[in-house]
Amino acid sequence: MQDIQYAAPKTIDEAVALVAGANGSGRILAGGTDLLVQMRSGMLSPGLIVDVKKIGELTRISEEGGGFVIGAAVSGAQIGEHARLPKAWPGVVEAINLIGSKQIQGRASAGGNLCNASPAADSVPALIAAGAIVVVQGPKGRREMPVEKFHAGPGRSNLTPGEIVVGLKLPPRAAGSADAYLRLIPRTEMDIAVVGCGVSLTLQNGKCTAARVGLGAVAPTPLLVEEAGKALVGTTLDEAALGKAAAACRAACKPIDDKRGTIAYRTKIAGVLLQRAAKIAADRAKG
Amino acid sequence: MGEHRYKWIGTRPNRPDGADKVTGRARFGADFNMPGQLVGKVLRSPHAHAIIKSIDVSKAAALPGVKAIVTSKDFPEQPNQIVSAGEMLVNLRDITRNVMAREKALYDGHAVAAVAATTEAIAKEALGLIKVDYQVLPHVIDVEAAMKDDAPILHDHIRTEGVEPKPTKPSNIAKRIAFAKGDIEAGFKKAELVVERTFHTAPVHQGYIEPHAVLASAAEDGQVQVWCTTQGQFTVRGFCSRLLNLETSHIRVTPSEIGGGFGGKTVVYLEPVAIRLSQKTGKPVKMVMSREEVFRASGPTSGGMVKVRLGATRDGRLVAADCTAALQAGAFPGSPVGQGCMCSFACYDVDHIRVIGYDVVSNRPKVAAYRAPGAPILAWGVESAMDILAQELGIDPIDLRLKNAAKKGTKTHYGPTFNTIGFEECLQAAKNSDHWKSPLKPGFARGIAAGFWFNIGGDSSAAAHVGEDGTVTIISGNPDIGGSRASLAMMAAEELGIDYTKVRPIVADTSSIGFNFLTGGSRVTFATGLAVVEAARDVVRELKKRAAKIWEVEPDAVVWENGEAKPASTNVGQQEPLSLAKLAAMAGKTGGPINGHGQLNAQGAGPGFGVHIVDLKVDRDTGIVVVDRFTAVQDVGTAVHPSYVEGQLQGGAVQGIGWAVNEEYIYSAKGKLENPGFLDYRMPVASDLPRIETILVEVANPMHPYGVRGVGEVPIVPPMAAIGNAVARATGVRMLDLPMSPPRLSAAMDAARPKMAAE
Amino acid sequence: MSKIHVTTTINNEPVEFLCDGSQTILDVLRDTLGLTGSKEGCGSGDCGACTIMVDGRMICGCLMLGAEAEGKRVETIEGMAQGDHLHPLQQKFIELAALQCGICTPGFLVASKALLERNPKPSEHELRYWLAGNLCRCTGYDKIIQAVMEVAADLRK
Repeated sequence: MQDIQYAAPKTIDEAVALVAGANGSGRILAGGTDLLVQMRSGMLSPGLIVDVKKIGELTRISEEGGGFVIGAAVSGAQIGEHARLPKAWPGVVEAINLIGSKQIQGRASAGGNLCNASPAADSVPALIAAGAIVVVQGPKGRREMPVEKFHAGPGRSNLTPGEIVVGLKLPPRAAGSADAYLRLIPRTEMDIAVVGCGVSLTLQNGKCTAARVGLGAVAPTPLLVEEAGKALVGTTLDEAALGKAAAACRAACKPIDDKRGTIAYRTKIAGVLLQRAAKIAADRAKG
Repeated sequence: MGEHRYKWIGTRPNRPDGADKVTGRARFGADFNMPGQLVGKVLRSPHAHAIIKSIDVSKAAALPGVKAIVTSKDFPEQPNQIVSAGEMLVNLRDITRNVMAREKALYDGHAVAAVAATTEAIAKEALGLIKVDYQVLPHVIDVEAAMKDDAPILHDHIRTEGVEPKPTKPSNIAKRIAFAKGDIEAGFKKAELVVERTFHTAPVHQGYIEPHAVLASAAEDGQVQVWCTTQGQFTVRGFCSRLLNLETSHIRVTPSEIGGGFGGKTVVYLEPVAIRLSQKTGKPVKMVMSREEVFRASGPTSGGMVKVRLGATRDGRLVAADCTAALQAGAFPGSPVGQGCMCSFACYDVDHIRVIGYDVVSNRPKVAAYRAPGAPILAWGVESAMDILAQELGIDPIDLRLKNAAKKGTKTHYGPTFNTIGFEECLQAAKNSDHWKSPLKPGFARGIAAGFWFNIGGDSSAAAHVGEDGTVTIISGNPDIGGSRASLAMMAAEELGIDYTKVRPIVADTSSIGFNFLTGGSRVTFATGLAVVEAARDVVRELKKRAAKIWEVEPDAVVWENGEAKPASTNVGQQEPLSLAKLAAMAGKTGGPINGHGQLNAQGAGPGFGVHIVDLKVDRDTGIVVVDRFTAVQDVGTAVHPSYVEGQLQGGAVQGIGWAVNEEYIYSAKGKLENPGFLDYRMPVASDLPRIETILVEVANPMHPYGVRGVGEVPIVPPMAAIGNAVARATGVRMLDLPMSPPRLSAAMDAARPKMAAE
Repeated sequence: MSKIHVTTTINNEPVEFLCDGSQTILDVLRDTLGLTGSKEGCGSGDCGACTIMVDGRMICGCLMLGAEAEGKRVETIEGMAQGDHLHPLQQKFIELAALQCGICTPGFLVASKALLERNPKPSEHELRYWLAGNLCRCTGYDKIIQAVMEVAADLRK
């Protein structure tokens, strides 16, 4: 019988040391809504569980120079209740708040959603669109990387052994900016995204001056679709521009057929969601 | 409705088990524990079809904490003999193999061995140490593939029944059945319009929220006690007795509260295994399935193929109705194809009918009953075809059904002639409903469909014990799955003329009440209700005797009215009425305890009919169906407790909505179930749904003193076609296959677009 | 095997228990403490039958470790009635037949109470989405929704 150890360190350094010392059998516990499911199904049997919810930096949302840093273990419910974050980044917050049920929201974190590294993770396309930065700490210190560089494949990240995610940085918002996230699920709740699409854009005098598009569940990792963003910049987000961006999204898709959707369906829906999400973001940007 | 014919029947009192169930006090299957109990776990086949060459348990048995391991060798061979389980028939030879695989593993999830250990962790570790040598065989999942000549054969001994000459080669088609009325070809000759389509449905699971769970304790003297979640404690007793060669009186089965069943808890999976492990260890053994095990190894209902051909005259009269259905049975014969075929055209009065059905095995879990087993599959085909007919004839779909509706005196294609039924009344009620009369919201479309189920009666026992204070305990033997304690107590209160709160119903174990057939077939309020009425009448007979004794008159000179014994007439003399409480208090002096019994085989279950109306819209870009309004109309006989009757209609309708739009078993190319969890087996959640309106049409069943008909099963029959018919009217695309999930509906709309543009 | 010692509060009572590193709070409640009112329907956070409150937040008991309860305030269905007085939601669920088999009922009650405490006037739409994590297979949700809406209206009076 392998004994599962549990530790709840109070500092990042301790957490990093614990994970680094566990020879790959250490697992971070934030909300646990993926970890406990994987343990139960026998997919994972960690030797050490490191609960990071006693670490201050990982459990708070701070504001820096007009931007936000979301601690990796902050729950979706806390994010949704924040005084300013949902107004600044409505798309990111709605994406995080779509993860699971209200019960799951009481526990699940954006950091965990990222680290679970599912191609269909709801928060990730919105974070990519937002230009969010992942803050990582390991035995060799701290480093940062854009969210779109975080994933290596389904269930795999670019974290090196012993590294843990500390937080997610959202940049300051320019005037006339807004974001939106839409996902397609067969039911109205409780499903994994068949396709997810995040759009963040800036409008000045009716013209789109900046745009980023993130897509989920259409490739081995969530994607930044630069061509789709480019198709929107410089336009008034008219039907032609939206159509071009939708085509760029469809072109970026490399999906699979599985129990949640077909290649054809996912590809089609990527375009549909881009158009709908861009319109919502634009409406929000206009106030 | 409205007028108060009865004091209690038709009212909505609180259920007797309400407080227990809102406080967490009620004990369900997994809530039973005994000191020193072991944990049992099942090793399941990862293969869809494989010969079990050998099983080596030595390493697992050597693991500290492991107390016993069982395989098929621990269960005696059974005869090739069919016995009844709920609305389904099961073969003892097959059921012992379903409980524990013998020669072959026949589906992903098939039980192969089981372990009892001191902890769950040790039991799980032990499963990993059992070495099974499999020889993997080619497998077949879908029904039409399984029917092909070159399909992998599951059972070498199966020769298709019901075909002449008797086949010599083994087949996956276990049985062919046929029903006929009139002359089908002559009928079609009269047809001015013929509609013919082939439909498919996916297998769906009952989806009860409570997984199967059992605690078994076998004593050294051979006595066995079992606590488990089941729709029938007597069924569990019967199966365990047969499968383990135990006498029925040596097995005492206590049903826990049951967390949903819908037909899925009418057979045994864990119970014989837990008993065997307990026998081998001398300790109580508790076994609880995980949700994954529930999906992989317990009975879903069949998926199937239904080919329907309808012939009608231009004025909308059906002249011929023909249908062929092939239903998956799972790994062993016994799909509900017979019931489905009988229900197929039961709603309609047609002179010429032919229905042919095939029972087909494939490498899936053995199907179990699910709410009106078989009927929804056939109704998906028949009611969709009726809608096509209505569209092609330009007739209102309710009017088309009214024109052809079965009524009292209609002879069915499966034999019986209907007594008083309420189908026309349901159609009229639907037509007069606020829903049907309301204009559609822009962008929405409306569909309707009908449904039928026989309902059953069967063996029931009940007892009524009068307490010394005049309160009454009603003892029966059917697990209360949705409010039957309330309905039984209400009927007893009505008979006895006492307050409902003075009647306490309990669900007894197998040693404390006579045999009761299981909770299923919409039978409890009807059949066990009849036994309760009998028991209460038995008490009243006794009470009248006691009053007669006190008054020194003949029992015939006493009447029972409003809970009191009264003189039958002034000739008897002036006597103060004697209440039940007074008679109870004097029981010791008048002849001892006052008890009543009822035991019967209830005949005359009144069939039920339903009509469902749905408004929905379809997102053209995504194929997502949004149900906006839903009304379920049903002939419910007499609604004993209308709230629980409405609840049956609402719950059945929503299961049907799930069946229509999302639910399905998805298998990989290797025959592994890919969605064995609530995440990807998508049952409806609260936000998917509108209110489910209900219209209770009360056409009393003449064969029951209170006019009761079963109500639980009809409401799952119409929803799929109602939704399909609305989708067709919303999009112009007729969906033939279930589920109408977003990818499928989207693909169908995309495929139809160029065609529709060209038209 | 070394057990973890946990000191916590359950339904306002101080409680201590020992658990393994892999045991969920649901396992602890049901198997160690005998509080079987919270049910396990799936073990994966998809059905809500094990809904409990931890520090005022609604969570699935199957997705939290027992060890995490250290220093927390846990509330379960067993703590909902006050003495012999049912909570208005419990009473209304009985009156309106908002349960059939009753296995999902504890989860629905805990979740509904959590909603009404933060939003005394939910719309039906809000309520349906709030309860989307609680599966019921018997009722079609209709009478549950009706019961919670009525209690919300009663409590506002």
